[in-house]
Formats: sequence, structure tokens, C-alpha cells
Amino acid sequence: MTGVIGHAHGPGTLKIEVYVMRIGVFVCKCGTNIAGTVDTAAVAKKARSFPDVAYATEYVYMCSEPGQQEIQEAIKTHNLQGVVVAACSPRMHEPTFRRAVEKAGLNRYMFEQANIREHCSWVSNDKAANTLKAMDTVRMSVEKLRFNEPLFSSQVPINKRVLIIGGGVAGIQAALDCADGGLDVVMVERESTIGGKMAKLDKTFPTIDCSSCILGPKMVDVAQNENITLHACSEIESVSGYVGNFSVQIRKKATYVDWDACTGCGVCTEKCPSKKAYDKFNEGLATTTAINIPFPQAIPKKAVIDPDYCLYLTKGKCRLCEKVCQVNAIRFDMEDEIITEEVGAIITATGYDLFDASVYGEYGGGRYPDVISAMQYERLLSAAGPTGGHVKRPSDGKEPRDIVFISCVGSRDPSVGRPYCSAVCCMYIAKQAIMTRDHLPDSNCYVSYMDIRSPGKNYDEFVRRAQEEYGVQYFRGRVGKIYPRGDKLIVQGADTLMGLQVEIEADLVVLATGIQAAAGAEDLAEKLRISYDQYGFYMESHPKLRPVETNTAGVFLAGVCQGPKDIPASVGQGSAAASKVQLLFARDTIETDPQVASVNDQVCVGCGKCIDVCPFGAIQWKTLRDGSRKAEVLETVCQGCGLCNATCPPKAIQLRHCKDDQILAAVNAVCA
Amino acid sequence: MERLKILPLLQTRDTEFIREVEAKSGQQISKCYQCGNCSASCNYTYVFDYPVNQIMRLIQLGQKETVLRSQAIWQCACCQACTTRCPNDIEVARVMAALRDMSMEQGMVSKKHIRMFYDDFLKSVRRFGRVFEPGLLLQYNFKAFKLFNDAELGPGMLKRGKLPFIPYRSKDVEHVSGIFERFEAWKNEQKRPE
Amino acid sequence: MDTQKVSERMKKIAYYPGCSLEKTACEYEWSTRAVCEALGIELVEIPNWTCCGSTPSNAYDPLLGGALAGRNLAIAENELGLDTVMTPCPSCLKSLKGAVKTYQKNPQAFLKILDMPFSGKVRPISVLQLLYEEVGVEAIREKVVHPLTDRVIVPYYGCLITRPPEFADFDDPENPVSMDALLEAIGATVPYFTHKTECCGASFGVTEKPVVGKLTGRILEAARQAGAEAITLACQMCQQNLDLRQGQVNRYCNTAFNIPVVYITQLIGHALGISHKKLGMDKLIVNADVLFKTRASSVSA
Repeated sequence: MTGVIGHAHGPGTLKIEVYVMRIGVFVCKCGTNIAGTVDTAAVAKKARSFPDVAYATEYVYMCSEPGQQEIQEAIKTHNLQGVVVAACSPRMHEPTFRRAVEKAGLNRYMFEQANIREHCSWVSNDKAANTLKAMDTVRMSVEKLRFNEPLFSSQVPINKRVLIIGGGVAGIQAALDCADGGLDVVMVERESTIGGKMAKLDKTFPTIDCSSCILGPKMVDVAQNENITLHACSEIESVSGYVGNFSVQIRKKATYVDWDACTGCGVCTEKCPSKKAYDKFNEGLATTTAINIPFPQAIPKKAVIDPDYCLYLTKGKCRLCEKVCQVNAIRFDMEDEIITEEVGAIITATGYDLFDASVYGEYGGGRYPDVISAMQYERLLSAAGPTGGHVKRPSDGKEPRDIVFISCVGSRDPSVGRPYCSAVCCMYIAKQAIMTRDHLPDSNCYVSYMDIRSPGKNYDEFVRRAQEEYGVQYFRGRVGKIYPRGDKLIVQGADTLMGLQVEIEADLVVLATGIQAAAGAEDLAEKLRISYDQYGFYMESHPKLRPVETNTAGVFLAGVCQGPKDIPASVGQGSAAASKVQLLFARDTIETDPQVASVNDQVCVGCGKCIDVCPFGAIQWKTLRDGSRKAEVLETVCQGCGLCNATCPPKAIQLRHCKDDQILAAVNAVCA
Repeated sequence: MERLKILPLLQTRDTEFIREVEAKSGQQISKCYQCGNCSASCNYTYVFDYPVNQIMRLIQLGQKETVLRSQAIWQCACCQACTTRCPNDIEVARVMAALRDMSMEQGMVSKKHIRMFYDDFLKSVRRFGRVFEPGLLLQYNFKAFKLFNDAELGPGMLKRGKLPFIPYRSKDVEHVSGIFERFEAWKNEQKRPE
Repeated sequence: MDTQKVSERMKKIAYYPGCSLEKTACEYEWSTRAVCEALGIELVEIPNWTCCGSTPSNAYDPLLGGALAGRNLAIAENELGLDTVMTPCPSCLKSLKGAVKTYQKNPQAFLKILDMPFSGKVRPISVLQLLYEEVGVEAIREKVVHPLTDRVIVPYYGCLITRPPEFADFDDPENPVSMDALLEAIGATVPYFTHKTECCGASFGVTEKPVVGKLTGRILEAARQAGAEAITLACQMCQQNLDLRQGQVNRYCNTAFNIPVVYITQLIGHALGISHKKLGMDKLIVNADVLFKTRASSVSA
């Protein structure tokens, strides 16, 4: 607002300008990126004529040191109270400019960035039109800025304990890194032992390391580390709170054995008469006893009773284990227990499940005993497996001579709802083929493939070794059908490189089943309030730049729960998530982002719609002294999405820095 | 026709052909990633000059002449094994049907006797309203110079009263022949330039 | 499933035999009618029905095949007022279903060519679907008087009954079980059969005999390996290749198969106590008496 307050006679007229707020506009030329198609000088001149703009200029690179210094000097010289920079997208340099104005003494939220590059100069070559648009854009920012208020973050204390959900290799790595860094770690694992899928593997690619030899020591470290509290055979019941202050309820499932007393001696497993329990660790290739320890290197090495097969729990008979247990550890009356842990951050490392091959009726998985999954084959290859490491046909126990491996069973297949690649199958098939040739030198191994994905270090050389050194016959083409003839399996495939149909009489067929989201992944995501994609894999904040963070503050991801990957990548992500937690805990308090929602109690009618619609659970009820209920925003949990503001009927809840009057001011500017 | 050995791709890639196949069959040919499952499942691969996955590949490469003159498209029995097993949900059998239609339109039919059999079948329908099977067989045998084709089956069928002598003439045969006429008229309309 | 309830719902359905069933596959027509009568289902043959066009018309353009087949659906709806059409021939079923689908895709062209009122609401089903889904295995089991006890019979489904799965919308495309269940209901022993859905050579019986020789030969061999005394099926095209042409196949493959190939409706008819004359049992080329005598030595190939 300018006002002429008087003039004196004499040469010239005295003109004094009066401002409600003194705003400076800085138009960036961005080299020729903007100046090439926008007349920046004209924009600056026009901006100077806008109400409340006390100073306007242009500069070649606003984000550079001299550019920033110019802004800071102008603030001091012209006593500016707000700054508009017309330049690139705020996604590029908003933090830069905010820091710059803050250094010059302004609150960082008294700054607006007008996008005249991505939204203007880069869109068209019509200089005249672009310049007009740039002027409008600047005007919008100026009008909005006039309604800006200084905003201040607050500090909340952090509980420096971390919860790790999942005891596979990613979770184990994260736990060790956090614990070694001095943090308190709580680990929750669904099965009765940690180790995940890696513990089931025999050898790992491309080094043919023995899996349990490299994982075992880490598992023992987890058990012995003073900073790690392990809750095995447990699941997450509920999560509440916010970053720095989560409260987690954990359901410790009944094992029917007192783990404080149990020594893992194994006498109970020797004596148990119920021997037909489903052996989950051995993928159903063998049976186990109702009371069992899953495998010799299990951590915790404690017995657990399967209630579906225990003679006492199903029929009321037996109780032999109770009699032979020398430390009286059996507790048939045990029930699930709910405990609470308070933590400041959560790392989700819940891993995956494997595709059910019986979906492919043409392969006969689940119908023909000699058509098995790759994980089942892994158990056959393992010296600790049901056959002691001797490769035998499940049907008759004979050694197979001709073995066919089939890739992409449940991967790269839109017709079964799995269009993605599972990342590890090409490699593990090569490994299994090599191991087979080692175990059975007279065997013939065939691999049916569409493509070979071997991107890692020494990976492609490994696949070439399978073919060149170990004589594995690869043929490019899928398999259409498998059917039995006598005691053999006829595999009918194709070699598209030759344009031929291929028929193999196999003794054993191994299906490379693909990776899919773990059972219950979606329910857990709902409890943690993190997003998941259509396949159930958890969504990272940014696929390239923030792979281990989620959009929920304080919750991090590691491993295959985020998407199919191999062991090195899972371990890498475990460490990455741990470092993010260390980063979060580096200070004693967390600074909250003030661009959050807030409720005007006088306008709020207490309908509760905002509470229902908030995806982060950031709004709760509060009761005023007169007994009326109003909504209240938990500022540390609020992510500033604005959904509440859009939903609120009387518009009582507003998003700071994006309030209705700020937005409407900008809209009015362009519509005027 | 000799099997394709060299592919001057720049000169021979007919994108209009690809577009026409996609429009006629309603399938997106670029979805095919040449996994070979169709060829693996096809019981007729062993007689095809190009296995069905290579027919799909030739369409992707826009090789109109090679595809429409191939024997494979006429040896296809529409058994649907390929469609059932395709991981990309491509109805391969429908693509083959579209190719048969196009090969007839363009006068590039290779297995003329199979086409002849289909044509005679339809002629019988047009004439009588139903297929007169023995008549069809005799006509085919005559035209294909295979006079004694299936002759040994005759006595067995005759003895069991399974051999009709007179064609059944439907009362509504005019409506049926009308369908053929209207179909031909519609087809001609489609060919006329807009 | 309560037979009474089923009969009410399926009391009266339209019936489309298809050109082959008239004479060359008359035993399929006779046995289908006899079984439906015994189960209380009234079949109303579509008056003046005409050929659906089958493979040849659909080999060209679905509009031609659609109109030829759709004509019969239109009659069923307009003249008979019925909403379900049953046909024993899988190829006719494919044409009839295809007519509905083609109509939905291109109604204007379809109606123009057909030149008859058509709603696309008539539902075509196969005789197998009728027996398995609508009547039900239990209802049939209750009525069995002559079970085929100890008879080893394999079911051959062929290509079209269950494929492609979204179109056929019936049973499993890789391991169908409807005929297996029906066979078990009438007392037969059903071994696992590896070639349930492998194509027999279809219409190439006339034009490309070696193909039928090889493909049908494979099926007969698989049946023999499974220890089957007979093969049963629900498609007359397949039956012709397997039964009528078994001699030709033997010559081509240098084998001596002698396996009876019987329609599922004939077997069910026998189990329900219907006379063999009525079921056209003597129309089969390979004699099937061995199934119905007291257990003799197994069929040799």
C-alpha cells in the first residue's frame, strides 16, 4: 500500500511509501534456463509495483553463494520482513533459501519460492507469454507471503531404544549394528528361532559359502549381546505413539515350555511319541515330533510344542516330555502373554514367503511327489536336512540322474498376478545345479530359463561356470507341461533359440518359486501405519534416494519386506536402517516440523471426521473444561498431508503454512 | 515357401501389418516376451514350419509375407493350449485366427486343401443349413485327388446306421444363406475406403 | 444336492444337438436324451436349428460364426422362451458362447448380420456341465442301479471343455475332475490319466491324417499305460478320432490298440439302468461289451 501523505511546494514532490509488510522479490535468471525464455528484468520491475514489495531485483544464479549473500544484504539494507525468490521448483532449493534468510535474521517460514522454471520457462518458448505467466506466479507468491506467520519447531525427547521386527539376516544385521553402537535393541521374531530363510539354505551364491556357517555366529552374537532383548515366538499386537516415543504391545505366543528353564538338551524330542508333526523348517519333506527344536543351531535353542500334534493338548494323553525333562520346563497350561515395550524407532525386517507352485496345475506341484520347490530341494541338499544331504527322489528315495530346474515359477508372470522379477532365482538355480553336479557327478542337470539376471559382483561369472565348468545344460524357453510316464516325469519345454520343442525324461523337477510378500505383511503394515504396494511389499519413501525409510517418521525398512533382493543387499539395508536409527538418536531430542495441522477450538464442532480420516493417527480427542470434546493434533506425528483440512466441514483444522487464507490469497491474485 | 534366413529389417518391417493384426485379434503383440510356453504346449509344433512363438516373433518384426504365407497358421487346430498357458494373458489362438483371415484376404493361403475343407464345410451349411458330412467328405476327396480317403471307414459306419444318405434341408435355410450374404456385404463395406 | 430341487430349476432347457450328433455320432445324442429323461430333465430341441459354423467359420471371422450360432440362441429365447441351451458338442458350445461374446463386443455389426432379435442373455452349457454342476454327482449316485464296479476307465476331456479357462468357465484347465467324479459316482475306478486335455488332432482327421495318427496314438498309449479298460469322453469329434479312426491310428503307429471309447452319457445311462439299445451301445466301432460282462482279463493293446 502506498500513500501520498503530503507534498511540499518547491522543486519535486515528496512521496512517502507506507508498507504493511516489507517484501523483497529476487528473480533468478538461472543462467539461460530461465532468462532464455523469460524476461527476468521485466518480471523484477513489475514485481516492484506489487503492493508491499519494497525491493525487487534479478540475478544470474540466486542459489549460489553471491546470490544468497545478495538476499541477506538486501534484507538488512531494506529492512525486509519477507522474501520471495522466483526461480526453480521449491523441491530443488527451498531448504537452501530458507537457511539463507534465517541467517539474515528472518524466520525461515517468511520465505516463498515462486516456480518460474519447471512451471514456466521450461514449458514453452513463447517469451511474451512466459513473462506474463512469471509475473502472475510471482504475484501469487507475494500475496501468499503477506499472510505467512513465523513458525517455530518444538523439541520432543527421544527414547533411545529400537524395535526390530523380524530375525532374518537383515534384522540380525540391523540389531547387531544398533547394539554395537550402544543402543538398546528389542527384537521380535514370529518363529521360535531367528535366522529366517537364510538359515534354511545349504550354500549361498556366488561364493558357495555354507549359509549356517556365516549366519550362525551372527545369530549367536544376537543371543549373547547384552544390549539385545530377543522375543522369539512372538508377534506385534499393536503399535501406538510417534517417532521417539512408540509404545508397542507384543504377544508372546505360548510355547508350552518355560524358556527360562529349558536348556535345549533335546531329550524331550527324542522321547516324544507323536512323530507326524508338519516339519515347517524342512518344507514338509519330512515330519518331526510334536515337541521339537527346529534345527541344531536354532537361537534361542529352546523346545517348543506344536499344539496341533501334541497328544496331550489334542487328546489329553501322554505327557512323556514332562516326565523326562530334567529341569521341569514343560508347562501345558501356558497361555499367550502380552507385554509392552517402549521404543523410539522401529525397523521392519519381516522378510518374505515363497510362491505356492501348485497354482501351476500344468507342472503338477503338490500332485507329483518328484516335482518340488527350490526351497525343498535346498533342504535335500543340506547336510542337516531330512536326507542328510543325499539327493533323493521324494517318491522312492532313489538317486535322480536327470534333474530339470525351471525358472520363473510365479515370477515375471502377469497371469498369476506376479509380473515382477524375484531377483534371486537365476542365481540360486545356478547354485543348486552346481551343487547337484557336486553331489551327483553322474547326474545331468537342465535349466529352463527365459533370461539370466546376474547383476552382482561375480554373479555372471558364476552362471557361466555352471555351464562351462559344470556342464549344466541351459535351454531358453519355458516348460509347458509336466506329466508322469512310468516312474519318470516327462518335461515338455521349448528352446526358442532353435525354435524347437524340447522333451526331457526327468527323475526330479525343481521349480524356482518366486518371492512374495510374507503372510500377514499387510496386517502388520496397518498396525505400523506404513504403506504397502499391490503385492504387499512395504513402500519406501523414495525408491532411489530413500530406500530404507518409510513415510511414517521413525519406522524404517530392511530386507526383502521392501522388495525382492539377495543377501548382500539385505545385509546392506540392515546396516543402512541401523544407521538411520543412529542418526535419529544422535541428539537427545527431535525437532518437529512446524508445517503441521492445528485446530481452532472455537470453530471445531467435535464431529471427529478428521480423526477418522487421518492416515497417521495424528489427531486425538481432548476434553475442554466445559466438558465439550474437540480435536487435537499430535504435532510430532502429523505429516502435514492436509487431508484433515480438506475433510473438516467448518474448516476448524488448518494446515500451518498452507492455511485457507494463504491459499485463497494466491488464488485471488491470479484470478484478479 | 523357403524358411527366412536373412532379415533386412529396415526394408521389410511392416508396422501397418502389426497394427492390423493387433486390431483384428484384439491382442497387444508387444506384450509377448518370447518365453516359448506356447510352443512348448502346442501339440502341433512338430508339423509347423515356424513354431507358434516364432510366428509371434515374426509379427513383432513386421514380416507380413512370411507370416501370412506360413503353413503353421493353417495347421493350427485352435486347441487353446497356447492361450491357456501364456503368462502374459495373450490369446494366441485368436491371433492365429486373425492371421488365417488376413492370409485369405490377401490371397496368401499356403495350405490350400485345409482352406478348401473349411470352405466346403461352410458351403454345405449355406446350402442345407446343416453340414452334410458324407457329402463334404466326398467333395473334399474329389477336389484333393484323394478318392479313397477314409473309404475303409464306410462299411463300419453303414452297418451301424451312422451314415446319412440324404442331406437334411433346414426349413430356415434362407435365413442361414442370408447370414452369409449379409456377412459378405458387411465385409465389403469394411474394405471400402472411408 | 436335492434331486427334487434340481428338477424344478432345470425342468426344461433348450437343446442344441449340433450337426454331427444327427447321424454320425447318433449314440451320443441318444444317450444324452435318455440320461436327461431318466434324471427328470426335459430337453426341448430348438426348432429348425442350423449349423453353428464350428471351427471353419470361427477360423475366419468371429462375426460369421457368431451369427450362425447366435441364430439358434435367438430362437431358444424368442420362440421357446428358455434361458439355457445345452449342447453335448464342445465345439458347438464354443460357437454359442462365442456368439454371446461377439455380440457384446460389436452389437451393431452382429445384429445387422444376424437380422434377428438377440439379447445375449441365453446361457449355453455343456452336457457335462449340466450333469456335474446342475444335477450334481450325489443326485446321480443315488439313482445308480448297475454300478461299473471294478471297471478301470479313464476320462478324456479334450481341448475345448475346460480351455481357455476364462472363456470355458468350467472345471480346471490342467487337471479337470468333473468326469472323474461322475465316473466314481457310477462305481468305476478312475486311475490318474496324464493326457486329460491333450489335443487329439481335432478336425484334421480328414485333411491331415498323420497328425491325428500321432496325437490320438499318444492318448491311446497313455490310457493303456494307466491300465484303462476304456476311455470315456464328452466330445464327438474326439470320439471319432479315438474310436472310428482307432484302426487308422493303429496302422500309422504300428500298434494294436483295442480300447473301447464310450461316451460319458452312455456309461451313466448304463449305470442308471437304461437299455443298451436306447443308449446306442452297438453304434461304437470298438466293441465295449467287455465293460459290461463280469470281470474278464484286462484289455490288451
